[in-house]
Amino acid sequence: MQDVLDRVTSNPKFHEFIAMRSRYGIIMSIISAAAYYGFILLVAYDKEFLAAKLGAGMTTSVGVPMGVGVIVFTILLTWIYVRRANTEFDTTNENIIKEAQK
Amino acid sequence: MTLKHILSAVAALAVAGGAMAAGADLGNTQQQATNWTAIVMFAAFVGFTLYITKLAAAKTKSAADFYTGGGGITGFQNGLAIAGDYMSAASFLGISGLVFANGFDGLIFSIGWLVGWPVITFLMAERLRNLGKFTFADVASYRFSQTPVRVFAASASLVIVAFYMIAQMVGAGQLIKVLFGLEYMYAEILVGIVMLMYVLFGGMTATTWVQIIKACMLLGGATFMAVAVLLQFGFSPEALFTKAVEVHSKKDAIMGPGALIKDPISAISVGMALMFGTAGLPHILMRFFTVPNAKEARKSVAWATTWIGYFYILTFIIGFGAITNLIQNPGDFYVGGEIAKGLKGGGNMAAVHLSKAVGGDLFLGFISAVAFATILAVVAGLTLSGASAVSHDLYASVFNKGCSSEQELRVSKIATICLGALAIFLGIAFEKQNVAYMVMLAFTIACSSNFPVLFMSVLWKNCTTKGAVTGGFVGLILAAVLTIGSASVWEAVMGNPKGSAWFPYNSAAIFSMSAAFFTIWLVSILDNSAQAKKERALYPSQQLRSETGLGASGASGH
Repeated sequence: MQDVLDRVTSNPKFHEFIAMRSRYGIIMSIISAAAYYGFILLVAYDKEFLAAKLGAGMTTSVGVPMGVGVIVFTILLTWIYVRRANTEFDTTNENIIKEAQK
Repeated sequence: MTLKHILSAVAALAVAGGAMAAGADLGNTQQQATNWTAIVMFAAFVGFTLYITKLAAAKTKSAADFYTGGGGITGFQNGLAIAGDYMSAASFLGISGLVFANGFDGLIFSIGWLVGWPVITFLMAERLRNLGKFTFADVASYRFSQTPVRVFAASASLVIVAFYMIAQMVGAGQLIKVLFGLEYMYAEILVGIVMLMYVLFGGMTATTWVQIIKACMLLGGATFMAVAVLLQFGFSPEALFTKAVEVHSKKDAIMGPGALIKDPISAISVGMALMFGTAGLPHILMRFFTVPNAKEARKSVAWATTWIGYFYILTFIIGFGAITNLIQNPGDFYVGGEIAKGLKGGGNMAAVHLSKAVGGDLFLGFISAVAFATILAVVAGLTLSGASAVSHDLYASVFNKGCSSEQELRVSKIATICLGALAIFLGIAFEKQNVAYMVMLAFTIACSSNFPVLFMSVLWKNCTTKGAVTGGFVGLILAAVLTIGSASVWEAVMGNPKGSAWFPYNSAAIFSMSAAFFTIWLVSILDNSAQAKKERALYPSQQLRSETGLGASGASGH
């Protein structure tokens, strides 16, 4: 077991892989934080924009689809990450481990 | 509730921090007529869940079964259970009540509660699963010296659980007065005893299934209400909003942001507490160890995020549905039939009254039973996480290292009973207190103590025991002290004169969380002891396991 661990740790592909995956996770976190804080800053600084009507004679304001949009976007972002992690990332991960076990 | 009460409640909601915390507070309610339909439905729920507990009890033989239900729960099931833990009665009734009173502001408020989930998915979920076994302290202490890290983790977890629990227990007492027409005391004892049976006999398996059933009932009930409302308007949100603006006293103001966010520092700080606090709540973190592997752990957060987000969209529709359905029938839903006197049972009862408007007495009974079952399930989850902190982190890892699984299981059951008694006691002691700030305080402490310690121990190779423990305690204490100094506690709870609060913002998170990270960093880089060198040297093997899952505890090997 120990030499499998050593072989994985000494494999440059392993370090490349986890650096890539961490970077992807951080970028996704920044995107989701930006969506949330962008919305909150609009609430703090541009209330008129969010209260503006979607169209002439309508009651629905811009804020409603934007708010619901932030929720839907958050859910989508989560699934995009999980999809990729559960297929592509996990396959790469398994390959690295298999290579070390040979 | 008089109009003055409603107005002051709404005014309190309008202050950002107050509003962010208010989702968890049901306020003081008045006892209503005994609602037998609701009581029968709730009894049916309790009967059914206790039957499941009996089935689970047969399988709960070892400490591992107690903590993780044997690790055989699927990602989809676990996602529902996590969502169940997160969708409290207060968020259902509080957010729909906020939408009923202020419209759009309720949506802004609810979005804040969702944003922590992507962060958990992207940065924490699989590393937690790969490194942990029973509690999150397993993760933080992988390469650190056990005793200090475990003591810290158990202290922080118990403090967070206590504040969260008080808010739930007080909410249960207030709810049972309005929904069932029973006395406050009954709620405390009922929640305490039924919850004890779930946790004591069924452990994690029963607690998870109670949570799943409740989540399905809550999502199903809320979906039915939202669809019934949309049906009235031919599935046109535009028509719903138009009608709501026509009948609401605030007219078009309900379609735009109101006074929810005052100063940006408080807004960002509250956002940080919600975003990172979620990743530090012990009763949420323990759910990552019930699934067999990292793949299922990721799936469970994705499902949890989906259900929670869907639920918040529903509460928005339900709040608007309450506006269009209740305001025009003051005779049925308002005190004395007068709008000026406020909703029967208080402003948070909007969703409950709407359930009667769209589904009659039977559906009202169902929604009331679901609301109460929700508190019961959340308290069970909290108790289990508190008991694991005592038995796994303190007893089995510090005081009696190398104890047998049977001994550990016995201690966890004793801890469960003590926590149950404590929950009943605290619920009764805090009956007349203003507990609105407590859930927010739990989140602030979680994002300033557990989260930084977890994050740095897993992702920063130079982190040491001394750094993690010092920083964690600094964050914990600072979060509590600054919250006490803010207006919502110093003035509203402790009764000091207005304007005397010495901490000017509504949320301490931005300061206490930064202080925790800074302290962990500073103490770690200054730590040149032999122990620190050893801990740094262990980082590559920790990283290997956290990133690849090699050597992680499997489902059966738990």
